[in-house]
Formats: sequence, structure tokens, C-alpha cells
Amino acid sequence: MSTNTDRTIDVEAIRRDFPVLERKIYDRPLVYLDNAATSQKPQCVIDAVSRYYAETNSNVHRGVHRLSMDATSAYEAAREKLQRFLNARSTKEIVWTRGTTESINLVAQSLGRSKVQAGDEVLISQMEHHSNIVPWQLLCEERGATLKVIPMSEQGDLVLDAYEEMLSDRTKIVAVAHVSNALGTLNPVEHIIERAHARGVPVLLDGAQATPHMKVDVQALNCDFYTVSGHKMFGPTGIGALYGKEALLDAMPPWHGGGDMIKSVSFDGTVFNDLPYKFEAGTPNIAGAIGMGVAVDYLEQVGLDAAAAWEAELLEYGTALLNGMDGVRIFGTAAHKAAVISFEVRGIHPHDLGTILDREGVAIRAGHHCAQPVMEFYGVAATARASMAFYNTKSELDALAAAIEKAQDLFA
Amino acid sequence: MDELRDLYQEMILDHGKNPRNQGRLDGSTHAADGHNPLCGDMLHLMLTVDGDTVTDARFDGQGCAISTASASMMTDVVKGMSLHDVKQLVRTFIGVATGEISPDPAELGKLAVFSGVSEFPARVKCATLSWRTVEAAISESNDPITTE
Repeated sequence: MSTNTDRTIDVEAIRRDFPVLERKIYDRPLVYLDNAATSQKPQCVIDAVSRYYAETNSNVHRGVHRLSMDATSAYEAAREKLQRFLNARSTKEIVWTRGTTESINLVAQSLGRSKVQAGDEVLISQMEHHSNIVPWQLLCEERGATLKVIPMSEQGDLVLDAYEEMLSDRTKIVAVAHVSNALGTLNPVEHIIERAHARGVPVLLDGAQATPHMKVDVQALNCDFYTVSGHKMFGPTGIGALYGKEALLDAMPPWHGGGDMIKSVSFDGTVFNDLPYKFEAGTPNIAGAIGMGVAVDYLEQVGLDAAAAWEAELLEYGTALLNGMDGVRIFGTAAHKAAVISFEVRGIHPHDLGTILDREGVAIRAGHHCAQPVMEFYGVAATARASMAFYNTKSELDALAAAIEKAQDLFA
Repeated sequence: MDELRDLYQEMILDHGKNPRNQGRLDGSTHAADGHNPLCGDMLHLMLTVDGDTVTDARFDGQGCAISTASASMMTDVVKGMSLHDVKQLVRTFIGVATGEISPDPAELGKLAVFSGVSEFPARVKCATLSWRTVEAAISESNDPITTE
């Protein structure tokens, strides 16, 4: 497939690639604005998963028969696609996981348990998703270490001065979101990484919300770990990956034990497999990996720069639209943002708003977005969140605004 | 909008905006907490029970219009009822909200406004949270109620 280097995209043509966008919800066209929760899947991804089961289904890395060889090559070809997509140095640095959550747990359990001791510190931020909080809490509790939280400003930017003061000889790892799922903030990760590295501290970036929206180059970022989820970037659920620098991954002990992660097993001991297989115990999500590979192809075909430009336009349009409405307050107004608008409508609880919008065909998220510390920061239990992808349109944002007005009428 | 009007009837909107019986209850004899971890709704329910009769009921917490209206109307209705009758009404209310029992206006009275909730499966837990919490309070269960 060719890579789109053009700065514009044909949204109407792209929409035709996503069959679910044809759906009617209560006789109204679906307006899908819950992309930060999960993105929709293009037909090519759906076909790849279905074709794998129809034509190639077999176990990987162990059969001498034709099907197993075909399954293995498709599975490993998908790993190469992801390696190129993230610009990792080699496929040894791409470990398949169930998604970002599992990737973070892998690092917390493997690197964390071998490196973090009593009195040490792990740094995360105020705006993390629960999946980048709880694995570190579990680790810190187990090791007697301390979890430190980089504060954020009212606009939803990390307070970098505070971060630099928090870094110390006790800091063993820094783990922050590349893009915040609750607010959309694009964090200054290059700076965060540079400061941590000056003290020899490795940095993990939670990339779940970044890879669907922008070109990510792990070598240029110089991050030590990067985590991705297939389903957030137009691929299947239940598949994702951990990027890790080879030297770090190599030095880390295995996490899950089982088949495929070993070279030989006896009751006296086990010789573990090479990277990346050392971290891939058991039969993997083969169809998911293949589907995620096709999603990567699709993203390159659409062109991430063109997609990002369109999403920036949608964000600007949607922000102006909602700011112009009575009683609507937007949370998170960082200068650098992905196309996520977290908001509240005065006098209407986000769950009531979500229900009313749903009847208008408009799908948004209402709740704490698995980021309760962010909700606590703003003193709310929940917010409404409209999150966009490159297949969304300005007229869909008009539909969102019209549905909010209906909710205001109902609650007037 | 028709189903929405069935869900958000005037009485629900009124109790959602202006909840009755909100605040702490001094000298309460029974209490329980209810929590919906999916949306963050929290409810602290306090009752005064004299002999076998609920003499007062109040609640604290935050929630959507449905859960707030439900707690407001529940605390109104249970005042003066026997513990046995409250338990019976809890079963009936949950049955109606989940669509398992068709509403009998004679039995439900003004609570019948919640029958529209059964058309909104995602919101049934909002309507039933306070009822499950009152059940826990009078069963003197120490475990907080959670919708999950």
C-alpha cells in the first residue's frame, strides 16, 4: 500500500471504509465520538481477521505443516509492520501483548521488581489512566517504594518545574502518558525523557492515545518503553504491544511463564527464549496481531500527518462550538492537544447527558474515563467526553451541539 | 424524544434538581453506603427506625438525575413504613425498573414514574442504587452496596 504524504484527506471516502459508520441508532445516523475509548475498524482489518480464521488458522512457531508456517509468517510480518511504524531498531524490541495495560504491567512486574527497592520512587503524573497508576501502586506496595505524582495545571499541562524537583537518586522509573485520554493533552515527552535520562532514569510512555493520531518515532523520542493498543488505532481488541530498548528488555527477567517463551524446559531449570519471545508465553492473539498489522497499513495509507491536520481542524471547530454554548465548560485547554474534548453542561449530570445524546445517535463517553485523579483535580465525579478520529466530520460536531441543546431543553 | 420523556418525567427532573431529604440525619439508627463504580455515584443513606417503623430517612452524595431522584423519592416513601413493607417495596421497585414485573400503579404510587427506566438498560443501576442501599441498611449489612 502507498503512504499518503498529502496534507489532506478525503473524509467521505474514508468513512466508506468503516462499515459501522453506516449504522442507524434509533433511526438516526450514528455519530461516533467515543474514539478515545475504542476506534472503529475499517473493512480491511475486519477482512484480515476473518480471512485468517477462514484460510490460515493454525498455531505459530511450532508446526512443520504449511498452515502453521503461513500463520507464523503472517504473525511475524505484522510485528515487522509495527516495528517500522514505531521506527524501532529491530523486531526484538516489539513484544506482543493484550494491549497497553498488559504492556505497562509487564514493565512494572519485570523491570520494576528487579530494580525497585524499599525507599525508591516511581514517578507518574496527575493525568494518568488507571492502567498507568495501578500497576505502579501494586509494585510500590510490594517493594516499600513511593509513588510520586507530577502535578498538572488548571489547563491540563504537566508542571515541569515540579517534575524536575521530584527527580532524584531515588527515582527508578518515570511513566507518563504521551497523550492524556481524559483531557487530550499532548505532553512534552521529549523534555521529560531528556531530564530523566540526565539522571539515568528510564522512561515509559503510555502511547495508547497517541498512535491513532500522530506519527510516533521511538528512536527520535528516545523513550525506553512505549506501549500501544491495537483497538485504539483501528485494529482489533485484545492485541497491543510493548516497545522496549533491546538492552533493557534483554536484562529484564521473564514475566509470564509458559510455552513459546522457553528454549528448553526440565525440572532442574528452564532456558528462556530470545527476545521478543521471552515475554510471549502461550499461544498469542494471532488474528489480532495480523489485524493490527493491517490497521498499521491502513493508517499509513490514510497518512498520519493528513489525519492529524484534519483532527486539529475538528478540535478547533468543536472547541469553538462548545465554548459558544451557554452552560458548557471544557476541561483541559492545553496548547498542544489531541482531538479530545472533555466537558460538562451546567445542571446536567454527564450520565444523563450521555443517555439523551445517545437517543440522538450521538455516542460520547460519560464517566471518569478511568482517570479518577483527573476528575478529583477538577472537583467533579464525571465529565462528558467527545473524542474524534479522522473519519469524523464538522457536521457530526454540529449534531453533538444540537443534541446538547435538546438535553438543555429537556432539563430546562 | 418520547422514550426520553418517559425516562425524564417532570417528577424525576424535579426530584433530581431539588432532592428532598438531603443531608445528615442526627440520631440515625441504620446507615449504609451505595456506590456505582462505573460512573462514580456515591450515596450515604441514614435511617431512624423506631421499633419496626422507619421514622426518618436522609441521604448524602452525588449522582445523576435518575439516581438523585430515586434516592429523594425513596427516602420520602419509606418514612412511616414497616421494615417488612420496605423490603417488599425494594423487590417490587427493582422488578419494575429491570422490566421483570409490570408496574401496578396501586402498589407503586408516584414511584411508577420510574417504570420508563426499564427501556434504558444502561440506567437501571442508577434508579436501583438507593433501593439496594436501603435494603442493606435495614438488613444491617456492613458491606457497602456496589452496582458491580
